[in-house]
Parts: sequence; C-alpha cells; structure tokens
Amino acid sequence: MTPLLKVENISKFYGRRIGCKDVNFDLYPGEVMGIVGESGSGKSTLLNCLAGHLNPEIGEVLFEMRDGAMRDTVTMSEPERRMLSRTDWAFVHQHARDGLRMNVSAGGNVGERLMAVGARHYGNIRENAIDWLGRVEISDTRVDDRPSQFSGGMQQRLQIARNLVTGPRLVFMDEPTGGLDVSVQARLLDLVRGLVREMGLSAIIVTHDLAVVRLLADRLMVMKDGHVVETGLTDQVLDDPQHAYTQLLVSSVLQV
Amino acid sequence: MIEIKNLSKTFTLHNQGGVIIPVMQGAELTVAPGKCVALTGASGAGKSTLMRMIYGNYLSAGGSILVGGVDVVTAEPREIMALRREVLGYVSQFLRVVPRVPTLDVVADPLLAVGVDSDTARDRARDLLARLNIPERLWSLSPTSFSGGEQQRVNIARGFAHTYPAMLLDEPTASLDAVNRETVLSLIEEAKAGGAAIIGIFHDEAARDRVCDREIDVSVYTPNVTKGAA
Repeated sequence: MTPLLKVENISKFYGRRIGCKDVNFDLYPGEVMGIVGESGSGKSTLLNCLAGHLNPEIGEVLFEMRDGAMRDTVTMSEPERRMLSRTDWAFVHQHARDGLRMNVSAGGNVGERLMAVGARHYGNIRENAIDWLGRVEISDTRVDDRPSQFSGGMQQRLQIARNLVTGPRLVFMDEPTGGLDVSVQARLLDLVRGLVREMGLSAIIVTHDLAVVRLLADRLMVMKDGHVVETGLTDQVLDDPQHAYTQLLVSSVLQV
Repeated sequence: MIEIKNLSKTFTLHNQGGVIIPVMQGAELTVAPGKCVALTGASGAGKSTLMRMIYGNYLSAGGSILVGGVDVVTAEPREIMALRREVLGYVSQFLRVVPRVPTLDVVADPLLAVGVDSDTARDRARDLLARLNIPERLWSLSPTSFSGGEQQRVNIARGFAHTYPAMLLDEPTASLDAVNRETVLSLIEEAKAGGAAIIGIFHDEAARDRVCDREIDVSVYTPNVTKGAA
C-alpha cells in the first residue's frame, strides 16, 4: 500500500516566531490521525498548511492524485489546489459558520458542493442533498431552512454533509466537537466514526480533547511549541506516554 | 503463534523527578496454537504490563514480541492496527465504547471491521449476547448505562465475536456468577479448540486450572526497583 499523503519537513514561520517546524509523517488510505497539543502548539497552523490554506516556507505536502501520481500541493497552481479542495479534500471547521453559507438553505449548502464539481440536474442534486441530510440525521422537513435556524450540533452535522457529499478521500477536521455539549459531541463522534469506516476515508483531526482522539484516531501526533514531540498508536501514546510534555498532558485530564 | 524473547520495559516519570523504573527484564514466553498460558505473580509483578506490551499499548524498551510473524516492538502503528483487527484479540477488564452505539453494534463491530457482512455479524453478536445472558431488550441500548457485570459480559461478547488466532484475556471470569463464568470458560475452550493461542490473567484458580496448559510466574522477570534522579 502507498501513502495517500506524504508530509516532508513542513515548517511555517510567522516572522521570527515558529508556527510549526520540521513536521514529517505519512498517512495511509483509511487511516485517521489525531493531532493534539495545547493552544498555540501549532496544530492548527500545521493543519492549514496541509489543507492549502497557509503556505509553508519549507517542505512538501505530497498527495496521491486519482491517477496514482504524487503531487506537491504546496507548489501546485491555485486553481488546481482549489479543485482538489472541492473534490478530494474536505475541511470541517470548528465553527460551522466558517464552513457554511449561512444565508443559503441547508439543501443549498449541500447542493452547492455538488454543483461545484459539475452536477447540473436540479432533481438529482436535491435528492442527493436530502439523502445526505438524512445520513447526518437532519430531517428532510428542514431541507429548505437556513443554517442560522439550526442548533450548533445540527450546523456541525450539516457542515459534515456539505463536505462529504462529493466523496472526498481526505478529510481535515479542526476541533470538530469544540464548543458542543457532550451529548451532542457523542452523537457527532458516532456519526463521524461510521462515515469514516463506511467511506474508507482518511482523516486528520486536530483537537485538544484526548477523549475524542481515543475514540476516533488510530494514530496520534503530540505537538508543543510548533514541534512534534511524540507520535505513535493512539492508545500507546495515551497509556504509555514517553515525552515529558505528553505525560503532563495525559496526567492533567480530569477523571469523570 | 506468540513468541516473546528477551523483552524489557522501563517507565521514565519525567514529571516526578525523572525517576526511571525498570519493570521487566529478559522476559521469555512462547504460546503455540491451541494452547493457553496463564500469567501469575503477585499484584504489581507485571502481568498486566506484559499483556499491554503484547497488545502494543505499552512501548517495549528492548527484545521482541512476535505475534503471527509481526514484531509488535518495532511495527508501525498501521501494522499494529491490522494485527489487532485480524489476528490479536484483547478482552480487557473495562469496556470502552463510543457513547450512543447500541450493544448489538458494539459486539458486531470487530466482525464488520474485518469485512464480514452486516447480517452475519449481527447474527453472531445476537448468539453471543444470548449465551452471556444479556436480556434481548437491552441489545438496542448503549452499554454505557449497563451495570458493571453486564458491561463486562458485553466486553467478552465483543472480544469473542471474531475468531482471532491469538488472544489476550485480562481476568475474563472476575465478578461473574457461576452460570456466566461457565459460559466464558466454554468460550475459551472453544477458541482453543479452534486453534487460538491464548495468554490470560486469572485470579480464579479453578478457572485457571481448567483452561490453562501452563503457568508463567511473571515476577521472575521483574527486576528489583532501583531509583535514580535524571
């Protein structure tokens, strides 16, 4: 098996400050990797470099195109990268309103992604949108409502539907359960886990919630001050952390 | 099936003065298909530690752990994921599940993960839950709200759903009543008859004598605890 994504020596600086430095990893098809660390550790910077939202100063992000060729997404042209982000990638933002069009109906939000990749038949688009709303547990009676009329958890599920409708191969998630009630979080985690398996998705999930990565991620990367301090199998990193910072992080979690 | 050679393990507590605790040295263990080996030794001797090292939860300091030809000590995370999916089962003492998922799906999950179709997987799950006396009216509910004993039986059903060629059992009969204990012991015997190599921790001596072919006292591999500030 060949990796879907090869990240080589990615470094991003904000002036003289380090965003993230010397990050290397391979992600294989179907793998879910979690990135944890405290605020300011560089995890979101790294995610945005990988997803093409930020331009790293150093390094390559090689992505396996549908024809099997590995292409560096850092140096590819903007239209090519935009096309990838509509077809093969998905990006789930922490705040659903960053990933949704708030003044367009729920159905329209999902349909818009389909139209961006060439779907034109209105009936099919609407049918597909309703199907996807169902999969994220949004009733078809809400298809014409705007996301601003939805609860936070529903908005997040709608954002996931909008992102996955085009059948991406790689999903980036930035704190997907941040700011949601725990009961709503559980429902979302269950949903994401099911979709990841069903669609064979690869995913990179940034979060500071260790319980979230334990349930969703196969592998874990721990960041501190822009550097990767530890990587490994998720339960190994959480149960037998090797680095001082990871030990502190794991031992700081309140037991329920 | 399972072959452990010269295995060692240390814990370094960076946030407690850098104390280095050697917990295992020179551990050797071989389990053939169809055999069950019990780990014995006083509390703190390292039985659970050894088990977690075999499963890949704990990082080994040196040596090798071959399970079905894969060396857990040096394998990549995705190789260990594949090993756990197909070859190596683990019945721990605690059930850890995604909240909200129905019990039937929790038990069927390991089968779905290896590509068994949904109907066959759920039939097998129903069969196991019935054998372990989990009332049918609970199957559609999440086990997170179940009693301790029920959760343990759900965990056992889940652990035995897929027929793994190698299994780790951490106190599978602890706190079970006589009827359910008997069911678990027959599940273990069936797994052995099917060719599974099993390593288990049993405080229940009668259970140990019945299903285990051999005992290994883990404390012989436990070095005297020495402390040093780093």
